[in-house]
Amino acid sequence: MEALIATNVTKHYANHVALNDVSINIPSHSIYGLLGPNGAGKTTLIRIINQIINADKGQISIFGEPLQAKHIGVIGYLPEERGLYKKLKVGEQLVYLAQLKGLSKKEATERSKAWIKKFEVTDWWTKKVEDLSKGMAQKVQFISTVMHEPKLIILDEPFSGFDPVNAQIITKEILELKEKGCTVIFSTHRMETVEDLCDHIALINRSEKILEGSKKQVKEKYRSNTYRVEHTGTFALNQNGFTLLDQKKLEDNVYQSEIQISSGSANHLIRTLTDYTEIHSFTEKIPTMSEIFISLVKGGTHE
Amino acid sequence: MNKVFLIIQREFLNRVQKKSFLVATILIPLIFPSIMAVLFYVKKQQDETAAKKIIHYIDEGKIFEPDSKKFEFVRETSTLAEAKENLKKDEQVFALLYIPEIDISKPQGIQLFTKSKISLGVQGDINYVLEERIKELKMERFKIDRAILDSLKTSVSLKTTDISGDVEQESNSGWIVGVGVAAGILMYMFIFIYGAQIMQGIIEEKTSKVVEVIVSSVRPFQLMLGKILGLASVGLLQFIIWIILITTLTGVVFSYFGIDSSQQQMVSQMTPEAQAAQNQFVMDLHANIDKIPFTYLICNFLFFFLGGYLIYGAMFAAVGSAVDSPAEAQQFMFPITLPMLIAYFGLFTFIIDDPQGPISVWLSIIPFTSPIAMMGRLGFGVPLWQLILSQVLLIGGFILTTWIAARIYRVGILMHGTKVNYKVLAKWFMMKN
Repeated sequence: MEALIATNVTKHYANHVALNDVSINIPSHSIYGLLGPNGAGKTTLIRIINQIINADKGQISIFGEPLQAKHIGVIGYLPEERGLYKKLKVGEQLVYLAQLKGLSKKEATERSKAWIKKFEVTDWWTKKVEDLSKGMAQKVQFISTVMHEPKLIILDEPFSGFDPVNAQIITKEILELKEKGCTVIFSTHRMETVEDLCDHIALINRSEKILEGSKKQVKEKYRSNTYRVEHTGTFALNQNGFTLLDQKKLEDNVYQSEIQISSGSANHLIRTLTDYTEIHSFTEKIPTMSEIFISLVKGGTHE
Repeated sequence: MNKVFLIIQREFLNRVQKKSFLVATILIPLIFPSIMAVLFYVKKQQDETAAKKIIHYIDEGKIFEPDSKKFEFVRETSTLAEAKENLKKDEQVFALLYIPEIDISKPQGIQLFTKSKISLGVQGDINYVLEERIKELKMERFKIDRAILDSLKTSVSLKTTDISGDVEQESNSGWIVGVGVAAGILMYMFIFIYGAQIMQGIIEEKTSKVVEVIVSSVRPFQLMLGKILGLASVGLLQFIIWIILITTLTGVVFSYFGIDSSQQQMVSQMTPEAQAAQNQFVMDLHANIDKIPFTYLICNFLFFFLGGYLIYGAMFAAVGSAVDSPAEAQQFMFPITLPMLIAYFGLFTFIIDDPQGPISVWLSIIPFTSPIAMMGRLGFGVPLWQLILSQVLLIGGFILTTWIAARIYRVGILMHGTKVNYKVLAKWFMMKN
């Protein structure tokens, strides 16, 4: 079952279109990357899913039901602009935010204590948020996002402001949540995150969805049939179906060449190459998400 | 609704647990009575310890028989010029009173020489001594017995009754008027103080960005309503504590230092007839206090207090949501303060003078001025239809402003760094959800 299906969602603001006919399918138990440059419409879509604003057109269904007020408790949301009540103590804050999500006071207290313990920060309980460091406050905010055990977790730029150690801890938590059956939506423009964590992605640019699919599918779609070969000595390739794109020196007599296959197979290429040189390594050059992202977004702006 | 209640509870606890709330709640009511206590105390000490001022006097007609608790009169037998010299030299002497031979029916030429400017109070006291003496002389001349004179004094307490309504009601209600006007002023202060707090709270939520987390859990309207109602409950609590503290403390101060002792003195000095008049006055006062329809006033006060607070609270909330800092909010304060100022000045100019005049009536009916104006009018008696109309309009006004405010609020809280003016607010208001 799909965790969330958005169909033809459109949102106009006074003088611009924030989302134009966007449809996405987010499979259950996946980590879904919502990618796009700043101002593409990611936050608008997330706010619509969170029912902070309403779409002008289109439907959203969540776990098979049309999105309604009761689904607030099913979603956990970590906004890009982090914020907590500065004057409130960490404990009170967590309990209050969980209560607003529909937990009873008792449940809220128990769970926030458990999380505080899990992060080994029990002594924060009575500290005011304004006395915490930025990273500490981020952890508190992360706890508040997942404490009511939402089935769908939306994280907007979750790693901004975290040092590598804390980012590691949060990554571990996210993977653990996925194991437990949660669906996670990542909104980000940082491609390393996507490369490491996401199973599925959608790319939104200038209010429109321009790409969607599993990470594997997308990469498959954007592979260019180019291979990277390390070999001894130089050569010139004069064969039909193979184009030598680039050749550069790595060390003494070792060179690296990029060869695109227009007809024929990789095996065919290897057989051909053995006539020219001694092969040290042979790998397919798969585009990184970053490369796909940049080529698509740039292509978009050139239209 | 459950979530609104959670927000109310949170707001209430946040404010009440603050030290500043405790300080303001306990200290402010202590300040007024303690200032009064200090003043009374100093005055009393001064009166008791101050030595009598010595006044020399020259009495050419041999008519002056000084009798005063405040001054020590010493007869001067030398000439006026010598006495003046003496006054300048002798530090003990406070002043020199010169009484020439006078016609008691037309006393002229009495002079007081002093070494410094004297206060009106002292001058009045000396005047009084002279006038009393001349009165005595006149009584002797006309052969009037003092007892007869005293018995001429009559005290009439006029009982006025308003028969315009179905029930004849006593309209002599100076006390109620006072209570009403005081309530109007309190209302004005309160709306301002707590309205500003709503605004500040919302600006804080907005700038700390916590608002986005909250509105993913509750509707913006619920958050706004919870905030307004939460602060209302803090306000009511503070208010009740103040009233209790101020009345008890003021009572204590008065009974300890002021009213009691001076009244006893006055009474002991008075003739039986005067005492009877005094008792009559005290009885009237008690009767009037008993006649103040406290339930009626308190119920109306609470109604108009809440209504007025909610109307203005919603507006303060809208302004808070639109701006990023309190300084930016200034530009929107004018339309909020204007009707309140009109009501406030209307209270002192129109309502006290002519509570049933058209301006007073309208001020007490239009929702934005009615909470303050109606409290001022209540004491004078308000026709039932006006009261009901005013209350209905106040409820309507509250719903209207809250609706408008909520539409601005839901957009405003998510906007950062926008330059906001009235046109932008109008655009937000019109925006689809």
